[in-house]
Amino acid sequence: MTEKEWYSALEKRHGAELQQKFSESCVAVCGLGGLGSNVAISLARSGIGRLLLIDFDKVDITNLHRQQYKVSQLGMCKTKAMKETIAEIAPYCNVITHTVKLAEDNISLIADCDIVCECFDNAQCKAMLVNEVAERYPEKYIVSASGMSGLHTGNTIQTKRLGKRLYICGDGISDIDNDGTLFAPRVMLCASHQANTVLRIIAEKFEV
Amino acid sequence: MVKINGVEMNIQGKTVSQYLAENGYDGKRVAVELNGDILPKSQYEITVLQDNDCVEIVCFVGGG
Repeated sequence: MTEKEWYSALEKRHGAELQQKFSESCVAVCGLGGLGSNVAISLARSGIGRLLLIDFDKVDITNLHRQQYKVSQLGMCKTKAMKETIAEIAPYCNVITHTVKLAEDNISLIADCDIVCECFDNAQCKAMLVNEVAERYPEKYIVSASGMSGLHTGNTIQTKRLGKRLYICGDGISDIDNDGTLFAPRVMLCASHQANTVLRIIAEKFEV
Repeated sequence: MVKINGVEMNIQGKTVSQYLAENGYDGKRVAVELNGDILPKSQYEITVLQDNDCVEIVCFVGGG
């Protein structure tokens, strides 16, 4: 498959004008767990031009129940594993990886992107990223997630917009500390809300 | 009156920090939108809620 063939197939599905916008976009996926691994694959499939993948962790056997990794990738850095997977799905997506823990002191790693996806699992880290990006890069859109744990109904997962540039997906309440675990479909629902919101922002459909 | 998460409250004059502390919010888990913009955390202590302010407080929960 040549790059031209791939791009042409995307144009057929999305229309030339929209596909050009997707191709010119750069999206940061911060955290490559249940949310981020699904967000990254959806965005790569959609023909987003450049993805920044940021995670410090390695693929563990306890990740396989909800994260988009394979047994053959156990022990690999999630950044490397996801880059490898995307290369098989969307080989002309420009994937840039940073195998670090994203924090206040290295937040500039996301400086080049247009949209930041907050895909962490820790509540304090989620709040840190949203607040830091909003303060230091107020021109960027943030698509965050809160509340997708447990085996609750899927119908409460939704996308809310706060202010002009912050979107939060999830039910807002189901906490891993109470629910104990996460299930693949419900996490994927939330990740799909995030990826869908990213595409809608690029398409300039800002309402939820 | 100040609208917080859609509910009108008679709390003008309090700072954002005071409101969060008095209502049991964990400051490390929240993001606060004030009149359409995300309020920087450094502003929580000095931002006094005014009549007709519209505030949304998001308290993040874990999982991802």
